[in-house]
Amino acid sequence: MTAVRIFVPIDAAARSVGADETAAAIAAEAQRRKIDIELVRNGSRGLLWLEPLVEVESAGRRLAYGPVAGHEVASLFDAGFASEAGRRGVKPHPKAHGPTEEIPYLKRQQRLTFARVGITDPKSVSDYLAHGGYRGLAAALALKPADIVASVTASGLRGRGGAAFPAGIKWQTVLKAPGAQKYIVCNADEGDSGTFSDRMLMEGDPFVLIEGMTIAALATGATRGYIYLRWEYPDAKRALEAAIAAAYAADYLGENIQGSGARFDLELRMGAGAYICGEETSLLESLEGKRGQVRFKPPLPAIAGLFGMPTVINNVITFASVPIILERGGPYYQNFGSGRSRGTLPLQLAGNIQHGGLVEIAFGVTLRDVLYDYGGGSLSGRPIRAVQVGGPLGAYLPASQFDTPIDYEAFAEIKGMLGHGGIVVFDDSVDMAAQARYAMEFCAIESCGKCTPCRIGSTRGVEVIDRLVAGENAPKQETLLRDLCETLTLGSLCALGGLTAYPVLSALNYFPEDFVKSKRASASA
Amino acid sequence: MTSPMPRRVIPLKAEPPSSLSSADRKAIDGACRRLKSLPGALLPILHAVQEELGFVPKDAVPLIARELNLSIAEVHGVVSFYHYFRQQRGGRHVVHLCRAEACQALGAVALEAHAKRSLSIDYHGTTADGAISLEPVYCLGNCALGPSMMIDEELQGRVSAQRFDALMAQVRAGVTKL
Repeated sequence: MTAVRIFVPIDAAARSVGADETAAAIAAEAQRRKIDIELVRNGSRGLLWLEPLVEVESAGRRLAYGPVAGHEVASLFDAGFASEAGRRGVKPHPKAHGPTEEIPYLKRQQRLTFARVGITDPKSVSDYLAHGGYRGLAAALALKPADIVASVTASGLRGRGGAAFPAGIKWQTVLKAPGAQKYIVCNADEGDSGTFSDRMLMEGDPFVLIEGMTIAALATGATRGYIYLRWEYPDAKRALEAAIAAAYAADYLGENIQGSGARFDLELRMGAGAYICGEETSLLESLEGKRGQVRFKPPLPAIAGLFGMPTVINNVITFASVPIILERGGPYYQNFGSGRSRGTLPLQLAGNIQHGGLVEIAFGVTLRDVLYDYGGGSLSGRPIRAVQVGGPLGAYLPASQFDTPIDYEAFAEIKGMLGHGGIVVFDDSVDMAAQARYAMEFCAIESCGKCTPCRIGSTRGVEVIDRLVAGENAPKQETLLRDLCETLTLGSLCALGGLTAYPVLSALNYFPEDFVKSKRASASA
Repeated sequence: MTSPMPRRVIPLKAEPPSSLSSADRKAIDGACRRLKSLPGALLPILHAVQEELGFVPKDAVPLIARELNLSIAEVHGVVSFYHYFRQQRGGRHVVHLCRAEACQALGAVALEAHAKRSLSIDYHGTTADGAISLEPVYCLGNCALGPSMMIDEELQGRVSAQRFDALMAQVRAGVTKL
């Protein structure tokens, strides 16, 4: 009899709520009962409210149980979860959810980029290959660089880090740019609050990122690559180190990739806690060993990037979306989506939400569908009052804007942004003046210091909001705050100073009552 | 006839004054030797030093500057720019408490107040027994399971005030695996 395969995620989020204890308890319990099991530490399925989510393989599919704490493991075995016959004999365990793929949250998603996350063993190249990995690279190896770029352009893929610049155009620029050494740089400095798709992907399916970067190298003639990862992700660091070593060992990285003669060397570099290094030119400065200060553009990184050389710099999800585009063709990916937003976006449902997690769907669904159909409303059970989409520089949106479709242009129209796809939910206990103040405070803490409006204006912004809320000559303070926001927007080189006005002004415009002293007093009474 | 002036030797690479212990010195020299040939070696070297010593001592700065042929100001600029690099020795464990929006939506502000009160320290401080340093962090990527914090390199989710106290007790008791 073959061993029963049981899956317990090794994802950091799952581990943060006890997945290691659950895995250890399963191993111990199986040994005690003399049941032969194979314990696989997979990535997370992204149903984070069910973590630790335990899955058992049965007749070619997986059955889900969650959340399973270590002390509940014995009861799972009592309910016969480790055998087909056992499950038939007793009534279902209260934590049983049936086949994982049938859980509506997952079933209604369109997982292209995250197709393997939670399915495979993130350490194993052979598992990656068995689940369709490296087919994109195989296709790319048979193409000319210009044809790889054409395929990416045809897919309509836009940078998933936040700026949504067409990836194909960026790659084309690097392909055409003369340079003795070209670089592929992955921006894995996922600093936006409410976002974790990069982390989940790197921990759950690191090979797809490596494959995407390798394809980018073939497309542009680059031979060296760097993944710039934030220090806050030690689990992702371990996963990437293991995957890079495994890829080298299997000739998927190095001087002769799969016998093609193409060379690509990949190195992992760690950030050091600077939000600004998620801005591409700051990241390049940091990789060069300097303070992460924003560079002037032009020159674009595609022309003069890392060490002054032509550089493709893209976000984790952008690179990770490339293999399926090469495997299935640009039109396949382009077929998903709406308007000029093509393909799928891995959304991250976060904050005060009942069903937080990862939702990869084609562009076009409304924010309301995501919040209620997938998210199930707030965790606290109170009404959702505000939602911040796109990280700390995204606008706070009230319920009246929830019918906005998930689409880059639609969000730009309402002076918001999709950014990296993070959705942070707040219930009606939120103080929007405090959130606006925090936005300014965050800008002050994380400003690189290059542009005066951002460096000093952010601190002045905190002070003005404090005086406004205290009711000190409020109309004048409000005028001053709006003026300051305009200065920040127009006088900053990058998105940090340039977009801090989004959360501040959206809070002020949509929730003005929170900024009025008399109304605040009555609200808290 | 005058005899030629005795030749003065100006050492180009003076040994910077240092109060480092020989073990610390060895760790810094080792990190430089191992990593200095990397392109953009400064951050990897600083990470290696902090990993071994728990912080980047002030006297490490001129040593690293000399090895990389940078000015002391350049290296100091980098060390002080990045929040993660500690310039002072911390506690035996470092607790990073998330202050970002997704955790705020689940009560991070109250947790932050509780943490400071119960440990009797502010951010960047170290408890009197030297066990715990408290640092703010802006997102740990655990935004669906907040409030979150990281104890050394272990992420913790759904941290209530009670769970915070329990975890701190475990840290103090020297339970390495939380």
